This record gives sequence, structure tokens and C-alpha cells, in this order.
Amino acid sequence: MSEANGLTIAVPRGALFSATVDMLAGLGMDTEELRSNDRKLLFEDIGVITMRPSDVPTYVEAGAADVGITGKDVLLEQGGRASDHGEGERDVYELLDLGYGRCRMVLASKAGPDPAHEALRRLGVMRVATKYPRIAARHLEETGRQAEIVEVKGSVELAPLTGMVEAIVDLTATGTTLKENNLVVREELMVCTARLIANPVAHKLKAARIDELLERLRGLSAAAGKP
Amino acid sequence: MIYPIPSGTRDVLPDETREVRAITDTLRRVFERHGYGEVYTPALEYEAVLARADMAEARPAYRVFDESGAVLVLRSDMTVPIARVIATRYASSEPPLRFCYFAHCYRGVRPQRGQPRELLQAGIELVGSPAPQGTAEALTVLCHALDATGLKDYRIGLGDASLFPALMASLEVPVALRPGLLEALVLRDFVGLEQLLAESGLAREAAELLLEVPQRRGGPDVLSDRVDSINEAVTGLRGVHELLEGVVAERVIFDLGLVRNIGYYTGAVFDVYDPALGAPIGGGGRYDDLLGRFGRKLPAVGFALGIDRLHIALAGEERGTGALLASTAGDAPGRDGGGLLTGGQTA
Repeated sequence: MSEANGLTIAVPRGALFSATVDMLAGLGMDTEELRSNDRKLLFEDIGVITMRPSDVPTYVEAGAADVGITGKDVLLEQGGRASDHGEGERDVYELLDLGYGRCRMVLASKAGPDPAHEALRRLGVMRVATKYPRIAARHLEETGRQAEIVEVKGSVELAPLTGMVEAIVDLTATGTTLKENNLVVREELMVCTARLIANPVAHKLKAARIDELLERLRGLSAAAGKP
Repeated sequence: MIYPIPSGTRDVLPDETREVRAITDTLRRVFERHGYGEVYTPALEYEAVLARADMAEARPAYRVFDESGAVLVLRSDMTVPIARVIATRYASSEPPLRFCYFAHCYRGVRPQRGQPRELLQAGIELVGSPAPQGTAEALTVLCHALDATGLKDYRIGLGDASLFPALMASLEVPVALRPGLLEALVLRDFVGLEQLLAESGLAREAAELLLEVPQRRGGPDVLSDRVDSINEAVTGLRGVHELLEGVVAERVIFDLGLVRNIGYYTGAVFDVYDPALGAPIGGGGRYDDLLGRFGRKLPAVGFALGIDRLHIALAGEERGTGALLASTAGDAPGRDGGGLLTGGQTA
């Protein structure tokens, strides 16, 4: 099989890339060039396009790819609940928990007495830095705390160390980076794994091909002993 | 100096207007030929009147006060205003009643998503004709209208809004769990649905059925596998299918997971898909209770097409490219130039 059933697949570069390519190889796709050429974006002969994980839902929703793989963190940040603001959700199908790329979304602050606790008690509001402003805001709202969300684009760990904020909400796989920066996990919001998503029109017009892909991926993850 | 207009709105200039006009003229001819008379209604209505319909997520997003302090809204669809027209202006007319419209509707938008605040919709409402005949007539008019515009590769996804609730009821899913399961389906989140079902404590066969049935979609064979609890909905869909002429029936994809987040749909619901576009071009369904809320209890069915989306799909098909066509663009045969848009200029 040279491509996945004639479907166009959006593949995330970054942390999920190598496990995703292994999975595609497990489907019998020729992933040689995909592995070796990290500058190329469009691999037409195997029906793969590559992009950063947060762009995957955008391409899939528009139909530029039939299916895609991205983290649950991305879907939650860009989506939400139907009750949020009417139509918060991305219009894509979430079809399968692929099991890999397991990370925890946590709220962390400097070791020692929790500075967030102190800020809430004395100032009535805690400042929280994050790359996931919607997830952070939703969590703090649901737990009844007033918060000022500060959106940063990288190295969130820096924000509490400089005193800009009292806490962060971020994704952590091993916790090493947090530890190295003298931060401790105070709360776990959720566990995130890689998900298979599909365009809603492709889900109907290419139903047989998508269902077949789904079956084979279920088979693969069962064989791999998914947690 | 650039004077901006609100995001999600736009000016339509002559080249585009000419193409849009060609599409709407064609649709209007087909609607009229099937006996659907065109109506205009005000873009502004009283909020309290439109609120009689349960619009859920599609409720009007823009409100203003008039000179006496009453709250007015910009309509978010044409189905509810036409229900009002029928109940008030046709209170004693003999059904069935047939109307069509070409009208701008107004929706709230999510930021930075390219969504329209103002959208031109074309559609029909057939009032007083129950399922399955009325549904079959609406689908027939829909296909004849799309065929007339020259759209070639479209399909109609047909499901039933009552199917999943009926399935939950007959499997005796605790009432407290039902809204959550339905919301997962509305959000198209099958992973979330599976998790909720795993935590629900339901018997395994019941949980499997609730996960598997809404993923069934395809030809008439998806209706053949007997599941007693959805018999009524499935029989209804089969009844519609039997009434369709061949060219219409072959466009239909049955979709047992099709749900709506607009509250007034009661039975059959459908969406129009085209491989040139990543989102539905339009959709519709039955709303047998809506007219009753305006005081005239009549079964009804209708659909609306997004003219901009239809235009994009026609242009995409004409070029042999488009969202879901990208992978086959290389070997697409030259399309015959009989489309509506062949007068369009190329830069």
C-alpha cells in the first residue's frame, strides 16, 4: 500500500511525529522520505501533509486533509463544549484515541508554599501563564477561582520564575523540565493522548475508506498493547 | 483611507454578483416550477416571537432596541419567520403550503475562522405534508435544484434526529446520562462518547450499540441490520427512500449518526455534501412541532442552501479542484463546460 486508502492524512511535526510515522509504517506505507526529509511539507505519493500539531484541526476542518492526527490538548484548546459559547467546537470528528503521546495537562507553581494560594487569599486573583488560555480559563472558572490568564508562546516555565505570574498551566510528559525549574505540580487537569480526527464531509463521502483505516488502526493499537 | 466593514460581512461586486444571480435565478425557477412561491419577510423581528421556536445553538445573535424599548433581533434563519407567516397570514388556508425564499440571515461567529456573520440562504418550506411524502418531496426539489445549477458530485446525507434519543430510551439509559451522550455525538466526539459509555455502567451490548449505530453510514444496506429500538426511525427512512425517484435515491447516503444542535428538528434530517467543499453546502429536515408553537399545528419539512458555499463548490467542481478533490486533481478529466459559471472571467 503506497498510501492510506487514497486518503490525505495531516501528520503533526514535533513530539507526536515519530510515533505517528511508526504507526503509518505499521499500516504498510512507505515512510522513508517522510522520515528523512524534514523540510518537505507535502508528500503526494503517500497522501501525507505535515504541519505543526495545532494546525492539524484547521487543515482537516477545511477538508485540505481527510483525516489527521493531533493531541487532545490541541482539540480541547481549539474546541470546547457545546455549552461554551454556542459554537465553540471545531467541526471535525474525533474518531480514535491512538494511545501514544501521553502527557498530563497540569497546573504548577514554584516549590514551597504555593504562591498562587497566597495571591488568591490576599489579592483575590491569581495570575497564570499558559500556551493554553482556553483550557486554563475553563479549569479555573470551573474550580471557582478568579484568574488573570497570560498567554505566552514558549518556555512557560520562565513566567513564574521571573515573578510575572504565580502559576502555569502546561503540558508535561515526564515532569523533568518542571523539576529543573524548581516548579511542582499542584493539580492535574487531564491526560492527553494523540487522536485521529476526520473532516465531516470526508467522513460521509469516504466512509468505507475511513472505517477501514479506523479498523486497521484499532488493530495496530490493540497489538501494541494500548494502555 | 480604508473604511472597514465588520468581519464576516462583505461587499459583493459585479463579477461575483453575476455568478450568484445565475445560481439564484436557476434555483428560483426550479422552486417555482414545483409550486413554491417566493416570500420576503423582515430581517428584524421581535425577539419574543422568534423565541417561541427552540433554536438552541442557532438562536439570533444580534439584538437592538426599538423606539419603544422592545427587543428586536436579526433573524438567524428563515424557517422560524416562515412558520410565523403561516400561522398568522395563512391561519385558515388549506394545506399543504409551499414557500421558497432567498434571504440574508445573521449568525454569531467564532473569531478568526472566516465565518460569515451575514449569509445568503436559499430554501423551501413545505408545510402540511407529513413524512414520508413531504420529506421525499423536499429531497426531490433539493436534487432537482442542485442538478439545475450544474453541481455534479454532491450527495445527500440522510438521518433522523429522533433516532439516537429513541435508541437511548429503549436501552433504558439513565435519564441523567442522556444529555451528555447526545452532546458528545453533536460534538462529533466518538472518543468522548466511548469514554462516557465505558463509565456509564450500562450493559456491554447496550454500550456497544450506542457507539456503533451512530457510526453507521452508507447505502440502503445500513438500514437492513435490524435493531428493534430504532425500528421506527429506520422504517421512516426506508419509507422516504422508497418514494424517491432513481436519480434522487442514488444521491442519498444514510447516516444514522446525523444529529442537529437546532432544537426544532423532529424527524428526518439531511445535509448536502460535495467533495469540492470541506463543510456541508446546506441541509434541512422535519420540524413537525414548530408550527404548533405558533398556533397552527401542521407537520413541516424544509431545507436551506448556503449560496456562497454552493458557489464555491460549483467553482471547485468546474476547476476539478477543491478541498477533498485535491488528491485526485491530477487525473480529473476535463469537465464539460455546461456549468452556470462558464461566463466567469479568468484573470
